[in-house]
Amino acid sequence: MLRIFLQRCLSAIPVLFLVVLFTFILIRLAPGGPFDDERAVPPQVLENLNKRYHLDDPIHVQFFDYVKHLLQGDFGPSFKYPSRTVTEVIYAGIPVTLELSLYAFLVALVFGITSGVIASLKPNTLQDYVPMSAAMIGICLPSFVLGPLLILVFGIQLDWLPVSGWGVTPGDKILPSITLGAGYAAYLARLSRGGMLETLSQDYIRTARAKGLSGWRVVFHHALRGALAPVVSFAGPAVAGLLSGSFVVETIYQIPGLGRFYLQAAFNRDYTMILGMTILFAFLIIICNLLADLLLLWLNPKLRGRK
Amino acid sequence: MKNFGIVVALLLAMVVLHGCGEKKLNNVEYGIRNQILYYANGDEPKSVDPHLITGTVENNIIINLFEGLTSKDAKTLEARPGVAESWTISEDGRVYRFKLRENARWSNGDPLTAEDFVYSWRRALNPRLPNAYAYMMFYIEGAEAFYKGENTDFASVGVKAISPHELEVTLKAPAHFFLQLLDHHSYYPVHGPTLEKFGGVEDPTSRWALPENFVGNGPFVLKRWEINKVVELDKNPHYWDADVVRLQAVHFLPIDDQQAEERAFRSKQVHLTNTPQMDIEKIQVYRKDRPEVLRVIPTYASYYYEFNVQRKPFDDARVRKAFALAIERDLLVKNVTKGGEVPAYNFVPPDPEGYTPQIYWREDVEEARRLLAEAGFPNGEGFPVLTLLYNTHDNHHKVAVAIQQMLKKNLNVNIQLENKEWKVYLAARKNVEHDIARAGWLGDYLDPSNFFDILRSYAGNNNTNWKNPRYDELMNTIEATSDPARRNELFEEANRILAEEMPVLPLYFFVDINLVDTSVKGWYDNVMHFHPLKYVYLEASEP
Repeated sequence: MLRIFLQRCLSAIPVLFLVVLFTFILIRLAPGGPFDDERAVPPQVLENLNKRYHLDDPIHVQFFDYVKHLLQGDFGPSFKYPSRTVTEVIYAGIPVTLELSLYAFLVALVFGITSGVIASLKPNTLQDYVPMSAAMIGICLPSFVLGPLLILVFGIQLDWLPVSGWGVTPGDKILPSITLGAGYAAYLARLSRGGMLETLSQDYIRTARAKGLSGWRVVFHHALRGALAPVVSFAGPAVAGLLSGSFVVETIYQIPGLGRFYLQAAFNRDYTMILGMTILFAFLIIICNLLADLLLLWLNPKLRGRK
Repeated sequence: MKNFGIVVALLLAMVVLHGCGEKKLNNVEYGIRNQILYYANGDEPKSVDPHLITGTVENNIIINLFEGLTSKDAKTLEARPGVAESWTISEDGRVYRFKLRENARWSNGDPLTAEDFVYSWRRALNPRLPNAYAYMMFYIEGAEAFYKGENTDFASVGVKAISPHELEVTLKAPAHFFLQLLDHHSYYPVHGPTLEKFGGVEDPTSRWALPENFVGNGPFVLKRWEINKVVELDKNPHYWDADVVRLQAVHFLPIDDQQAEERAFRSKQVHLTNTPQMDIEKIQVYRKDRPEVLRVIPTYASYYYEFNVQRKPFDDARVRKAFALAIERDLLVKNVTKGGEVPAYNFVPPDPEGYTPQIYWREDVEEARRLLAEAGFPNGEGFPVLTLLYNTHDNHHKVAVAIQQMLKKNLNVNIQLENKEWKVYLAARKNVEHDIARAGWLGDYLDPSNFFDILRSYAGNNNTNWKNPRYDELMNTIEATSDPARRNELFEEANRILAEEMPVLPLYFFVDINLVDTSVKGWYDNVMHFHPLKYVYLEASEP
């Protein structure tokens, strides 16, 4: 297991390097620069800015400079917010995004697995159709539709919950967490239902039942562990998706998380910020996938012997 | 597995119960009780350094953090005493002598003196500081030469501290709007010792303007700034006129999504929105249901299309004019933009107190067809398919579609629509790669030169390739003319040239559409979109 871990960590290095290289090239190919404004910037001002941020150096010099600083842990200054560094902005956003993703993930786990299990117990009955139809709707309903709908009902009509902000007004974390988690809950419901159905038909479950174990004990103690394998392999990329894909929800609810910074950085051509965010997200995605793989190994001993 | 369930349940409970039992119901009521204004400000500010900022988002904040020699009356926009309590102007209109208030202080308690202004203006004109608004100071004698590095001795610039409380400013030519200009952020003072402590005057990445280091001289002071969350201002106890300031704090929320902003207002998270555009469909709803909070304010700003006059067939003024005459602006503002915009037949917006341009043409479809035929395209035959460029935005798209249809109906010409992401659109416009491009301009101060200057042959913002020596000559003459009547005559001649040549196609004059809760008092509508918070306060409206 340690060997796999180390192998995967080593292979992450060239991946990250390529991410930096391609992002660096791609953002420079995009038309428009960080200092373009609706009002023409006087040539002298532009020259000063380019000099200040070394944008007048040859592109390969800029790239190696960037990598050099990166290796020292320096993401550089933000072009959009002149008195802040990219590291500072990331520090400001990361706790928010992590918190939002965590809550959304919990929403997904609790609602997804519960309804999947419930559905699998009596397949092709009402107990199956209701949660599975809800899951289908959850998959089909994108967060930019679900978000405003929830706001309309719970924020404005019923006036129960605040409609924007994060940690400002009590309860303002509820709607964003549900909005972000709903789609994943739906996937998890379907996955855990499938996993449960498959496991419940296995011989060892029949044996357990034959021995006279209670229905709940069979489900929770014996079936669920086996049924969760597809859920876990989905969870790794799902967490990565939650982290990097939260920008829609962050925009709807005006949450100061990384997703919004990332989106704004792209619109602003804030080169260093785009690079910093991309590297961070690439890193998070690699870590999440690695963790999911390790978890799978732990859950399923059959995998451990394989090379 | 059991334990896992308990952990999950506990965490969920944390989410639900987070912050329960804290102070307030909604921001609007809490704000009224504590004189805290919640202000939807459209976007995250870049900086609050007055010599670096360029946008309205930043300006909305810093007019409360700093004060110039003069300040503007929020109702009439007339220049009023600011840091200067009085002034005299020489007979030739070039030399201004300001008497500064003895009790003017920085927010750390230091006295504010004439030397501070000399220091600050020197910084604003420092050629190595990327100050995009340095040109606003070129009215001062020697300022332009100093900025361009032609003269490195600041003593050659017409700014002198006569005594700690007396400042003399010499202009290169009389400018009747100079007092108004002194309230522009490029003229604001900055606190020297603080700047020196954080890397000197030239460093745009200096941290002096962050809350922990900030020193200003306005009615409010920077308290907290969490990126993408809030910029919080507190009342400045050292401000010379602190007694009249009733707000205790202001929270600027960087809500950058129109719909989210409107929802925040509807659910009482903010007292007001101060962003120029609102979702068109929502305007009608407010007009019907809550007219008391809807503020529609004509502004000193123009919405227009730019022709690329080097590209055929727009190299022919008759074609450009035919386009201008074929557009039904009344229909456009009534059925498309719907906000009460004013149809424009001039590039320059009217200013009832100053210069109002004459109108030389109106919609005339017959005349438009005749002009187009004369240019070689009878009934639009043989007219190439041209592209109209605009930045991706719902409202711009609606306008573009309407124009496309009107041109098809009235002139039988086909226009292709092309929307581009903001920076791509800016780059295309700057390089004049377009046939026709959407554009807008907002005046920095109330003077028509703000607009006319854009169309000088080599101006940075002239994205039309249009060059006219007579027009440039007029602009130069205006610069050296102080007599308001004579200036207006010259402006009118320039306006006539634009009407004949039509390098830009005026569509309408903007209105700002804001939502302002009835509890907000002392907030006045004006054409400059100028809303200082010094006199604003909150009071619960009668039930």
